[in-house]
Amino acid sequence: MNMKIKIAGVEWNNPVTVASGTFGSGAEYSDFVDLNKIGAVTTKGVANVPWEGNPTPRIAETYGGMLNAIGLQNPGIDLFVKRDIPYLRQYPDTKIIVNVCGKSTEDYCEVVERLAKEPVDMLEINISCPNVKEGGIAFGQDPKAVEAITKEVKKKAKQPVIMKLSPNVTDISEMALAAEAGGADALSLINTLTGMKIDVNRRTFALANKTGGLSGPAIKPVAVRMVYQVAQVVNIPIIGMGGIMNAEDALEFIMAGATAVSIGTANFHNPNITLEVIEGIQKFMEKEGIKEIQELVGCVK
Amino acid sequence: MADKAMEQGIITSIVKVTEGIYSMWVREPKISKYAKPGQFISIYCKEGSQLLPRPISICEINKDQGLLRLVYRVVGKGTEEFSKMNVGDSIQIMGPLGNGFTLEGETCILIGGGIGIPPMLELAKNLDGKVQIVLGYRDADLFLKEEFEPYGEVYISTEDGSIGTKGNVIDAILENELDADMIFACGPTPMLKGVKTYASQKGIKAQISMEERMACGIGACLACVCKSKEKDHHTNVNNKRICKDGPVFYAEEIEL
Repeated sequence: MNMKIKIAGVEWNNPVTVASGTFGSGAEYSDFVDLNKIGAVTTKGVANVPWEGNPTPRIAETYGGMLNAIGLQNPGIDLFVKRDIPYLRQYPDTKIIVNVCGKSTEDYCEVVERLAKEPVDMLEINISCPNVKEGGIAFGQDPKAVEAITKEVKKKAKQPVIMKLSPNVTDISEMALAAEAGGADALSLINTLTGMKIDVNRRTFALANKTGGLSGPAIKPVAVRMVYQVAQVVNIPIIGMGGIMNAEDALEFIMAGATAVSIGTANFHNPNITLEVIEGIQKFMEKEGIKEIQELVGCVK
Repeated sequence: MADKAMEQGIITSIVKVTEGIYSMWVREPKISKYAKPGQFISIYCKEGSQLLPRPISICEINKDQGLLRLVYRVVGKGTEEFSKMNVGDSIQIMGPLGNGFTLEGETCILIGGGIGIPPMLELAKNLDGKVQIVLGYRDADLFLKEEFEPYGEVYISTEDGSIGTKGNVIDAILENELDADMIFACGPTPMLKGVKTYASQKGIKAQISMEERMACGIGACLACVCKSKEKDHHTNVNNKRICKDGPVFYAEEIEL
């Protein structure tokens, strides 16, 4: 039985990674999870300079999910390169996907260039964060802008480029096609859905940022639908995510057309969830007599 | 695996302390073995629609019997679920989390306000030297007060003036002319602001325990940050992670 997958020439030992922002750079979770056993670790988004992020409260729980508006707080690429990459490289069996954020095309390109000579395996370009005013989602809601930034990033990138798409659009397949046209090697979807919660006792917004990104099992059916939709129109691999809580959820994404899956909010609920999902997929394959995980990718037409 | 763990604890007792506040003893030898005063644990809900763990401060630690005591206020669905649990029930917990208090000072003032009172109990038990305890309440409902009495002189402030000093914990310190070389405090932000100002005016060192909504509880998600005076070595910005770098900070380290 083979759980190995390949995305843009990079082989992962299994199809499971973590959703950017939910796992830091892995250090905090290594008390609970053997990072070597995860297919890839996707880091918290990193920009060219340190970002302070949004005021608190930054999160709020909602039914079957949560809202977050962290605002891409990050230590900047200099410290990240010095500390986080060497940390993750201690785990040679896992691939490193660095999530890149920026406020302008130049910001993204600067980070991508800095990473060119670093021992990271893939880049995930975050053009879909709903919680920062400039950059982020501004690039992800217009197909022309998606194609343009993908092209610019691809010119500088030495590693395969994964474009992370927003669900906060009328037609996600349009954005997916634009990223593919711009030269993206793979796609990640979905980022969080913009939401709001009101604290009725205090008559105020639950989040200081007023709105935040909704994640967790509450959004899973939307995410599965979008992965399916995009898989019908693009020829590049998809990393599916949005509310995965167990192996069955992960298999839904795979059968809808995702080559790999990311686990996000579930890490907060169970820090060992990644390994449980990997084991669950393995058991499913054994039970069903599946030899190659690839047989399941997009098997539901 | 480091000194923190995710385990199933067993509830050995659960009682209502007063309206809306519950006291629960949980048996979990690994977590209680490493726990220190001022640390907290994450408690996970059984109800599947509530994904995020609830951070609850540790009120008492009994290492010999592998027990932790948690005293918490019911503020939402999660804490309500915990309050309805029974002796013998298992409960998913992670801990011990955060840094805890640094045990120091010859003459100490421990300040607890409202639901910030419980973590001061284990601290009071562990301090050497002179221990003066100032507890701030809304009214005459003085939960836990008697349990502090064996560990130091207890002073009370009530907002409605029904018992002790009318006003807040600082009013009680002033009225009783308390002096110290170390202050420890846990309570609502306005109280902590008052403590920070008082300590800085008097030139007394103060350790304050902060609170913020949390998601991961282990320092990864950056939800529960507070503003720090200096650039933090980990975040590389003027933010510290309450769950990991705190919840206890020296008052001068942070902006309130």
